[in-house]
Amino acid sequence: MCDTCGCNITSGNRHLLRPGGRLERSGDGRAAVSVLQGLLSENDHQAGHNRSHFDAHGVLAVNLMSSPGAGKTRLLEATIGALGGEFAMAVVEGDLETENDAERIRAHGVEAVQIATGSACHLDAHMVHDALHRLDLTGLDILFIENVGNLVCPASFDLGQHRNITLLSVPEGDDKPAKYPVMFRAADLVLLTKTDLLPYLTDFDPGRAERCLRELASESPLLALSPATGEGLDGWLAWLRDEVAAQRERVAQGLSARPDIQPEGAALHLREPRGSALPAAPGRGGAAATAGGD
Amino acid sequence: MHEYSVCLALMEQVERVAREHGAGRVERIVLKIGPLSGVEAPLLQHAWPLVAAGTLAADAELVTETAPVVVRCTQCGAESEAAPNRLLCGQCGDFRTRLVSGDEMLLASLELARIDEVKASCV
Ligand SMILES: Nc1nc2c(ncn2[C@@H]2O[C@H](COP(=O)(O)OP(=O)(O)OP(=O)(O)O)[C@@H](O)[C@H]2O)c(=O)[nH]1
Ligand SMILES: [Mg+2]
Ligand SMILES: [Zn+2]
Ligand SMILES: [Zn+2]
Ligand SMILES: [Zn+2]
Repeated sequence: MCDTCGCNITSGNRHLLRPGGRLERSGDGRAAVSVLQGLLSENDHQAGHNRSHFDAHGVLAVNLMSSPGAGKTRLLEATIGALGGEFAMAVVEGDLETENDAERIRAHGVEAVQIATGSACHLDAHMVHDALHRLDLTGLDILFIENVGNLVCPASFDLGQHRNITLLSVPEGDDKPAKYPVMFRAADLVLLTKTDLLPYLTDFDPGRAERCLRELASESPLLALSPATGEGLDGWLAWLRDEVAAQRERVAQGLSARPDIQPEGAALHLREPRGSALPAAPGRGGAAATAGGD
Repeated sequence: MHEYSVCLALMEQVERVAREHGAGRVERIVLKIGPLSGVEAPLLQHAWPLVAAGTLAADAELVTETAPVVVRCTQCGAESEAAPNRLLCGQCGDFRTRLVSGDEMLLASLELARIDEVKASCV
C-alpha cells in the first residue's frame, strides 16, 4: 500500500531540507545546534502519509474525540443507520482494551478495525497507519476514527484526518471547553450530545457551553443532538454530506484539507527564520498554521 | 499520559541530530512548550529521565521555555496576551482572534559535545 507514496525515499534525506542542523561552534569541542523542529514531527510526517492514502482513495477521514462514554460509538451507530444506504463507511476504533466498540459497529454491517492501544491514552498516526493495512479503502466515502476516550492527549496527535469532531455530552457539564481548551480548540465541529438528558440535568446551559467554546476563539459550529432519540441528527447528517461533497471536490482538484488548527508540520518549520536559537515564529500551530485549512 | 510518547519522539529526534553531527554526548536540550500545546512541561521533565537513561543524552540538562499566549484580533488587528481558555482580543473583546504564540511544541536547540569534524563540515 505504501510503495507508491515516495515517503520512504524522502524520509532519509529530510534533514538536508531542515533549517535545523545549523552549527554554531564554540572553541571547546562543544556545539550549539539550532533545530526548531516540532516535537511530534515524526508523527506529523506519518499523518501526512496517511492523509495521502485517504485522498488517493477519495475518502473523507473524520476523527471523533471526547471524554470516555460521551457517546462516540452510539453516534456512529446512529449515523450508520441513517446513512448506510447513501455512503460506504468504515470505522477505526481506538480503545485501551476491548473489541467491544468494533463489535457494536460490525453488528450494523460496517467494517471496523479495532486498535487496542494498551496503556496509550491516545491514537497516533503510526497506529492508524497499521490499521489501514487491515482495511480496504477502495470505494469508501467516509472513514471514521473513534479516538480513545480522553479529553487531553488525543488533541496533540495528528492522524491524517481531514476533520476533527469533539463531543461534549450533557452529563459532563457545560464548562468543559474552558477546562480543556486544547481539545476544544482542535474541533472543526463540536457536538453537544445526549440532549435527551437536558430535562434532568437542569443546570446544564447549552448557551454557556457555546460561550466557553467561543472564548477559545473557535468559530466552529456547535450542534446539539441525541443519538438515543434521533433529535438533532439531521444537522449532523447535513454537515457530513457537505464534508463528503467538499472532499470529493478537493480530490478532483488534487487538493487536501487538514483540521483547522493542525500544524503544518515540517513544511511550517521550513518557513521559520534560520539562525537564532529561539525565533519568534510560531511552532506547532500558530498563525501560520491556521492558513492550512481548505 | 502522552508526555511519555512525546519524550520518546524527542529522544529519537535528539539521537538523530546528534548522529548527524557525530556528537558523542548531548549536554543541553532546549524545548519551547506553549500553554496551548497540550503538553505539560513538568510532566515532560518527570518522564524524560526514564526515556534518557542509558542514552547519549542521559546527563543532558532538559530546559523547557514557555511562550506567552498571544492572539491577534481579526477584527481590530490588535495583538494582546490572553489566558489559555480566554482567547479574546484585549483591545475590542472580540472572540475572532488567531493565535500568534502559545501552542508551540518545539525542539529549539541542542548543545552537543565532541563533534566529529568531517560530518559537521557537510551540514
Ligand atoms: N441518554 C442517552 N444516552 C446515550 C446517548 N448516547 C450514548 N448514550 C449512552 O452513553 C453510554 C456511552 O456511550 P458510548 O457510545 O459507548 O460512548 P463512547 O464515547 O463511545 O465511549 P468510549 O468509547 O468508552 O469512550 C452508553 O450507555 C450509551 O448508550 C444519548 O444520546 N442519550
Ligand atoms: Mg466508544
Ligand atoms: Zn502507507
Ligand atoms: Zn495521556
Ligand atoms: Zn480586536
